[in-house]
Amino acid sequence: MEKFRLSDVSLWYNDFKALKDITMDIAANEVTAFIGPSGCGKSTLLKSLNRMNDLVEGCRITGSIQLDGQDIYKDPNINGLRKRVGMVFQKPNPFPMSIYDNIAFGPRTHGVKSRLMLDDLVEKALRDAAVWEETKDRLKKSALSLSGGQQQRLCIARALAVEPQVLLMDEPTSALDPISTSKIEELVTQLKERYTIVIVTHNMQQATRISDKTAFFLLGELVEYGKTEQVFSLPRDKRCEDYITGRFG
Amino acid sequence: MREQSLRENLMKAVFLTSALISILTVALICLFLFANGIPAMGKIGFFRFLLGREWSPSDLPPAFGILPMMLGSLYVTAGSILIGVPIGIFTAVFLAKVCPKPLYRVLKPAVDLLAGIPSVVYGFFGLVTIVPMVRRMFGGNGSSILAASLLLGLMILPTIIGITESAIRAVPGELYDGAVALGASHERAVFRVLLPAAKSGILAAVVLGIGRAIGETMAVIMVAGNQARMPEGILKGVRTLTANIVLEMGYAAELHREALIATGVVLFVFILLINLLFSALRKEGRS
Ligand SMILES: Nc1ncnc2c1ncn2[C@@H]1O[C@H](COP(=O)(O)OP(=O)(O)O)[C@@H](O)[C@H]1O
Ligand SMILES: [Mg+2]
Repeated sequence: MEKFRLSDVSLWYNDFKALKDITMDIAANEVTAFIGPSGCGKSTLLKSLNRMNDLVEGCRITGSIQLDGQDIYKDPNINGLRKRVGMVFQKPNPFPMSIYDNIAFGPRTHGVKSRLMLDDLVEKALRDAAVWEETKDRLKKSALSLSGGQQQRLCIARALAVEPQVLLMDEPTSALDPISTSKIEELVTQLKERYTIVIVTHNMQQATRISDKTAFFLLGELVEYGKTEQVFSLPRDKRCEDYITGRFG
Repeated sequence: MREQSLRENLMKAVFLTSALISILTVALICLFLFANGIPAMGKIGFFRFLLGREWSPSDLPPAFGILPMMLGSLYVTAGSILIGVPIGIFTAVFLAKVCPKPLYRVLKPAVDLLAGIPSVVYGFFGLVTIVPMVRRMFGGNGSSILAASLLLGLMILPTIIGITESAIRAVPGELYDGAVALGASHERAVFRVLLPAAKSGILAAVVLGIGRAIGETMAVIMVAGNQARMPEGILKGVRTLTANIVLEMGYAAELHREALIATGVVLFVFILLINLLFSALRKEGRS
């Protein structure tokens, strides 16, 4: 089952064409990894899935991106889209407020007012993101008092609290230590049962460990896309093979 | 070679002297104020001076209580904060997060210009517009706490707007992105995430605004009525600490003159406390 269906997606930053005719399907309840050298457009493509590119001045997109059969660029309800398609950023970005308020921010945004319901949602999200044990006794403390790895899991919990269907993650572990990284990788494998996950990573091992499908990009083009084992063991494209074996110039 | 090092040393001396002059000025002001003001407080009686409700320097015996003026400064300043802070914050949000660029290029210099207008011009403006407006709307003669608060509220706007705007701009863009990515609208992201994140900068702006309002003299004199009596309501006239000094210094002598200098000491202590608070908030904002 496809969650996303992209056809002929091209994207410009003013005159610069950052994505070139991307056509791909992204399956539901799987982890799809985007890999490729930096500047090849991974983040750009990821951000076009929840229309964060709309915030960039001079950004223009053509082609179509369907989520469950509906073109997301034809639907004016962008905030509704972003509720369904959550995002975790490269650098942990907790709000400078309490742990509780961080998690409750999303549900409150979408109209949840009842204290009991919020308490429930906060606990559930923190449990799902595997930070409940570390935070349950200090929910009123500032989120900035957490370690980097905890902050990132808090950000995952914050995204989960609005009950999205898709989770986009842009190099979520690149700023973290190995232990935090493996915690988040483990988390991703658990979460895919309930969510569709798209993750950008520059770490080949990470892609093989956690993803079902892998897409390799180069200079804004989708060069290779398939099952992760196949992409890593038998890449069809020479450029992809060079990249994953580390021979890339 | 030798000529060059001579010149360098000369320049160093010039810089050092310049720095010393400003430090010396502050030190001399302190010395002058305290040397002349403290004895007066002693002669009048410390509490009778600070808490005395009557100021009648030409009576026999004279009364030197500055509580009316302290309250006057307090009320007028509080009023100006009540008016200036919300307007200033909304303007800063507009400038930093809403305003299209071409409009910004006009608005920003206009706001900066507000800061450069001499206070006597503000006073004159208040006298011919705000005072009659208050008179027409609420009766009385118009010169009042309300008029002074409105005018000071305008005068502190550039301070509030400038500092708040830079505080908002200093908030990392990732926080805004994080809020929007959760489905929050632009307004919600700005008011619920960016503004709280800029809190200490905004507090600093408010504190600096308070400093401006307390210290303002000329404009306040022109619209506040200046009656040296306990404030009786926002439509009644009032005299501030600064006004007290300016209005009577010209003819005061002996203890009266010293009492005015002691008024200056009180004002100085207020400003000092406000500046300390300001730098503490600044420091907290940076960490
Ligand atoms: N806001 C922007 N404005 C202009 N160019 C951009 C912007 N964001 C990214 N780019 C350019 O688009 C290309 C792809 O960027 P990005 O998607 O961030 O790459 P990746 O995530 O793969 O490293 C790069 O050449 C980058 O310089
Ligand atoms: Mg990137």
